[in-house]
Amino acid sequence: MKRITLALAFATLIPTVHAVEYTQVQADKSAVNFTYKQMGVAVDGKFRKFSSSLNFDPAKPANAKASFDVDLASVDTGAAEGDDEVAGKAWFNTKAFPAARFVSASIKALGGNRYEVAGKLTIKGHTQDLVIPATFAAQGNSGVFDGSFTIRRADFTIGEGSWAKFDIVANDVLIKFHIIAASK
Amino acid sequence: MKATVTTHYTATAKLLHWLMAALLFGLLALGFYMHDLPLSPDKLKLFSWHKWAGVSAFLLLGVRLLWRLTHRPPALPEAMPKVMRFAAHAGHLMLYLLMIAIPLSGWLMSSAKGFQTVYFGILPIPDLLDKNKELGDLLALVHKSLNLLFITVLAGHIGAALKHHFIDKDDILTRMAPRHSKENRA
Ligand code: HEM
Repeated sequence: MKRITLALAFATLIPTVHAVEYTQVQADKSAVNFTYKQMGVAVDGKFRKFSSSLNFDPAKPANAKASFDVDLASVDTGAAEGDDEVAGKAWFNTKAFPAARFVSASIKALGGNRYEVAGKLTIKGHTQDLVIPATFAAQGNSGVFDGSFTIRRADFTIGEGSWAKFDIVANDVLIKFHIIAASK
Repeated sequence: MKATVTTHYTATAKLLHWLMAALLFGLLALGFYMHDLPLSPDKLKLFSWHKWAGVSAFLLLGVRLLWRLTHRPPALPEAMPKVMRFAAHAGHLMLYLLMIAIPLSGWLMSSAKGFQTVYFGILPIPDLLDKNKELGDLLALVHKSLNLLFITVLAGHIGAALKHHFIDKDDILTRMAPRHSKENRA
């Protein structure tokens, strides 16, 4: 008898576990950072503003969706002069292209807490296919997503003219994200 | 009175003095010049060169201090009044302190601004400070102010050397000049 009630209790529990879908991205607790090399020296920066919409149920990753809009003018390079330069025409040209946009196409579970997010990243009018490795962990009512990937700035014509060569600012830029989303 | 009175600086002391003089004038000029440039790849390159040259000046100063502590410089002229002797020693002490403080402030500023110093792009010099914008700006002001003070003390240093040479007509300037020791050994 006891066994059966326990089993029943579990049976009723499981669907509620499955139903957890993380949708409310908490921008103030999330971060989008980047690292690049300047004359061989790693330099960090971040974006202060981004918005995102997310539907992620760990039980049904195939149905998950994610999209991101990063406000490129909110870039923080560590120096006001750098922020102005990077917002300018040669870099992001934020007047014409204010946001970088990532839209997921498919999300695959790799086992454990690891996932693979395939999608398209558009910056400055250039679109690239990306596959981004990410991890997920549930923390209380929130889901924590972490991951990083490398883009080549030249693929998006970020840094034109005198900046186009890679001797001062390297081509590779590592993007790191830490996203916290609450369940509904 | 001891009999070990030397009349000239050692060749090593002279070499270090003039090498650092050239390097420091270059650093001062480059520092002010690059600071006012609009951001460009060249500016970033000059910043790196300035940092490398600044670290080199600091290392040379270490050698120079070791030499100074193990080799007594020639005595000041007997005729020099007490106040002047004091001014000379105080001035030299200031120069040494500034030659220590300026590169240190530059290094700490770079760390606080989030740009690590990597000597010649090869040897990373650890960041003692974490990235902190306010602190970085403050240290930039400290670096600049120390440099302005340095220029003031240098003006006094050069002015004093010229006064010794042209007005007092003593050997203060020539005994630091490259060929002085040979002439005097005769
Ligand atoms: C004795 C050695 C040095 C001298 C005489 C020197 C001199 C100067 C001067 C005159 C400036 C211009 C200040 C201004 O206009 O704001 C400057 C700027 C600067 N120095 Fe140095 N410096 C020395 C060492 C260093 C070192 C060792 C570093 C770093 C490792 C460094 C990093 C910088 C940086 C990053 C700036 C630019 C500040 C800015 O524009 O915001 N300096 N330096």
